[in-house]
Amino acid sequence: MHEIKFKVNGEEKTASVESRLLLVHLIRENLSMTGTHIGCDTSSCGACTVLIDGKSAKSCTILAVQINGKDITTVEGLATAEGLHPLQEGFKENHALQCGFCTPGVMLRAVELLEKNPNPTEEEIRWGISGNLCRCTGYNNIVKAIQYAGAKMRGAELPSTEPEFV
Amino acid sequence: MTFIGKSVKRVEDKRFLTGKGRYTDDIKLPGMTHAVIIRSPHAHARILNVNTSKAEALPGVVKIFTGKDVAELNGVPCGWQVDFKNGDTMKEPPHKLMVADKTRHVGDAVAMIIAETYAIAKDAADMVVVDYDEMKAAINMREAIKPGAPLVHDDVPNNICFDWELGSDKAEVDAAMAASHHVTTLEFINQRVIPNAIEPRSAIGHYDTANDRYTLYTSSQNPHLIRLLLCAFVLGLPEHRVRVVSPDVGGGFGSKIFHYTEEALVVWASNQIKRPIKWTAERRESFMTDAHGRDHVTKAEMGFDADGKMTALRVKTLANMGAYLSTFAPCVPTWLHGTLLQGLYTTPKVHVDVTAVFTHTTAVDAYRGAGRPEATYLLERLIDTAALEMKMDPAELRYKNFIPAFDGVKQEGYTTQVALQYDSGNYEPVLKRALEMVGYADFRKEQEQARKDGRLLGIGFSTYVEACGIAPSAVVGALGARAGLFESAHVRVQPTGKVSVYTGAHSHGQGHETTFAQIVADKFGIPLEDVILEHGDSDSVAFGMGTYGSRSLAVGGSAIVKSIEKVIEKGTKIAAHLLEAAETDIEFAEGKWTVKGSDKSVGFGDVSLTAYVPHNYPEGLEPGLDFSSFYDPANFTYPFGAHIAVVEIDKETGKVDLKRFVAVDDVGNVINPMIVDGQIHGGVAQGIGQALFEGAIYDEDGQLVNGTYMDYTMPRADDLPMFEVDRTVTPCPHNPLGVKGAGEAGCIGSTPAVANAVMDALSPYGIFDLEMPLTPERVWTAMQNSDAVV
Repeated sequence: MHEIKFKVNGEEKTASVESRLLLVHLIRENLSMTGTHIGCDTSSCGACTVLIDGKSAKSCTILAVQINGKDITTVEGLATAEGLHPLQEGFKENHALQCGFCTPGVMLRAVELLEKNPNPTEEEIRWGISGNLCRCTGYNNIVKAIQYAGAKMRGAELPSTEPEFV
Repeated sequence: MTFIGKSVKRVEDKRFLTGKGRYTDDIKLPGMTHAVIIRSPHAHARILNVNTSKAEALPGVVKIFTGKDVAELNGVPCGWQVDFKNGDTMKEPPHKLMVADKTRHVGDAVAMIIAETYAIAKDAADMVVVDYDEMKAAINMREAIKPGAPLVHDDVPNNICFDWELGSDKAEVDAAMAASHHVTTLEFINQRVIPNAIEPRSAIGHYDTANDRYTLYTSSQNPHLIRLLLCAFVLGLPEHRVRVVSPDVGGGFGSKIFHYTEEALVVWASNQIKRPIKWTAERRESFMTDAHGRDHVTKAEMGFDADGKMTALRVKTLANMGAYLSTFAPCVPTWLHGTLLQGLYTTPKVHVDVTAVFTHTTAVDAYRGAGRPEATYLLERLIDTAALEMKMDPAELRYKNFIPAFDGVKQEGYTTQVALQYDSGNYEPVLKRALEMVGYADFRKEQEQARKDGRLLGIGFSTYVEACGIAPSAVVGALGARAGLFESAHVRVQPTGKVSVYTGAHSHGQGHETTFAQIVADKFGIPLEDVILEHGDSDSVAFGMGTYGSRSLAVGGSAIVKSIEKVIEKGTKIAAHLLEAAETDIEFAEGKWTVKGSDKSVGFGDVSLTAYVPHNYPEGLEPGLDFSSFYDPANFTYPFGAHIAVVEIDKETGKVDLKRFVAVDDVGNVINPMIVDGQIHGGVAQGIGQALFEGAIYDEDGQLVNGTYMDYTMPRADDLPMFEVDRTVTPCPHNPLGVKGAGEAGCIGSTPAVANAVMDALSPYGIFDLEMPLTPERVWTAMQNSDAVV
């Protein structure tokens, strides 16, 4: 067993973990934070995406011991006392989620995307989230939600969230 | 207050956005154990021995069950019976919870390890030694039905589950075909696709020894039916002592309709060990054991007269059932496929012949669209191919053959050659609108120029009609359903005028908590936040038939309207008493009962309170404002639409770039346009997935070669364009909301539109027919093999 010390959503944590324990299992089982999901066993779907020191990572591909001393952000840490994160707001306003299973992972991936590129093009967004699978939305409204969040974070005018053709 | 027709933002979103969604795998019960299932690596093998002794000795292992332990239990039943043409009942071999003698597909369950933790269960699974005697497998349907082929079930000759036909007299169809000016023939495979909801299936069984009650938490679209099947057919449990809960479910697309063996296993085993048991599929298990979709081998012929009017349609299909009959499998290639082959055309003679085949593969059942995508693919590929062959415009060819408009009120519904009566339809406007949106007139000029420039640009069409909300129960019973297909709704007005609604429909992404609340708030004239929707729990919801077949709003929403009407009717009696007026002089609107022609009124809240504090109350009237209803529709509903795809193919690589996708759908009245658009988007993406990317590949030994996300190509964000969607509105004439259903439309219309666009782009090569998925390799190879100089 290994003793590890890390932060989750700003809170100091310690844990005693097996060498083989995956970060996603640490989060879901040991910390009982179930907003981080498991959708596959090949690091392909991105449902388990979290931020490690601000960089998006698939937590099913990281061992718990690797996050000793690191700072983890999960979906539970996105909203603040002031309200929803711009991405959460963008997803809601643009109907960018249906079943909600992939949503935490996509949003956390988009946090890093917008950090690096505050005003991405549609193509940049599509490429940027191509490591995350969504089976419900066809990605259409996820793209719009990330554009919306980008605009909000830049202080730019918010794009319309009305259906386009009706 | 009007909410109906507005893009109200979803009330369920907050929990999903903040990580507070509660899916089955998120649930932890005190004392819960974890199950891992050992699955056959062979498609067809005799089980010689299962040695669990080493695994049993591992600390933390609670119990190991093998196929022998469940041999006396019933298997999971099939919920739909289709008879052979000669009247014999379909072959219905048992589907045991685990197998003891023989495995019939890769993934067949052989043993279940139950341990204190998931990790220990995985470790123990590695220590179980199973001796198999591998046998030859029947994989390819054409081979499987030949004499001498390996048998999936010893008592099913030639692996034929049933044969079936529907439509006009076969001889008349043959004669009409023979007399046709032109006949277009296609032989193709509508390939097997894998639903791939991103949440893997999960089930928790809990036997409560103190109260002799069972609870099953399961990622299901269909909790009440699961309870019925589990209790009455599999385990013989008293239904009132079994609670089934489908909490938040991470997508279904059909694959979570069915009663799966793991659900029964965890319930049964939890009583054996007197502790709760959780099983959650790994993705590779989802690939091996979630029911797959499509998988037809088809020959289809369409006849035309010299003017391009359709004269006859003849279809012969082999439909793969997989190794076992899944819950609704027999219905999909028959009553959900054969019945849709009239399409939206006036074809006077239609005949369809289906043979259902067992193979050593994963079971096949309803997947988003279920039969209608296969029917639509067949029809729409035939039409675009015929247009190319006859050198006619594919849009014109459709216009020429559309059934004229009928609203189901002034004009009767349209009776087809294949057993249906369409409720209402107005087909020209959807195609006209889609052509406008895509700019068809200019497109052909652009295409001509592109071809001169050596670019491969193509456009493809698809116009479809589909059938949703399958009903009424008596009719589907006559067609073989072993269940009713109604829906229940309970509207409970609380004393303070707040409203709890209990629906038997189940939301796993469709946004029922919003759409249904919009209806209730609107009809009662109360704020949206005064309405809450409960679903998915057999303890709180009286009964339900779940969500599939785009039925929730048309059937479940209508049941809610029935209960709303009962509330208003009783409220009118209470209001008349309070207002000292005759009931006939009272009208209800905008949240209050008013004496006609006066300003005397009483509000929804006051009447609600009076119903529960009945001091000043009509004589003889029961207290309370609380009504249940069951709604059994008069007919199916028939959405329709026109989809157009524009593609460009890279000559060097064969990669298909989907440049534009236009969808004009008519789903009847719309409660929440934002949610309906979202349903269309998702369906379209899945249909495009089948056309360009997806397809299960079995090798000849029955190995699912692409059974992971590393190998099976799911559409990703950078594979798709922004979708251009619009709609027309032709209300359903037979349900109170005038709604038709939107869940599957996108997936039904889109696949042939994309395939047709690829064929249009490739037409300079003389390529008219390629099999899906239209991967770069397949397209490139076809171009290389063409003699045409392009």
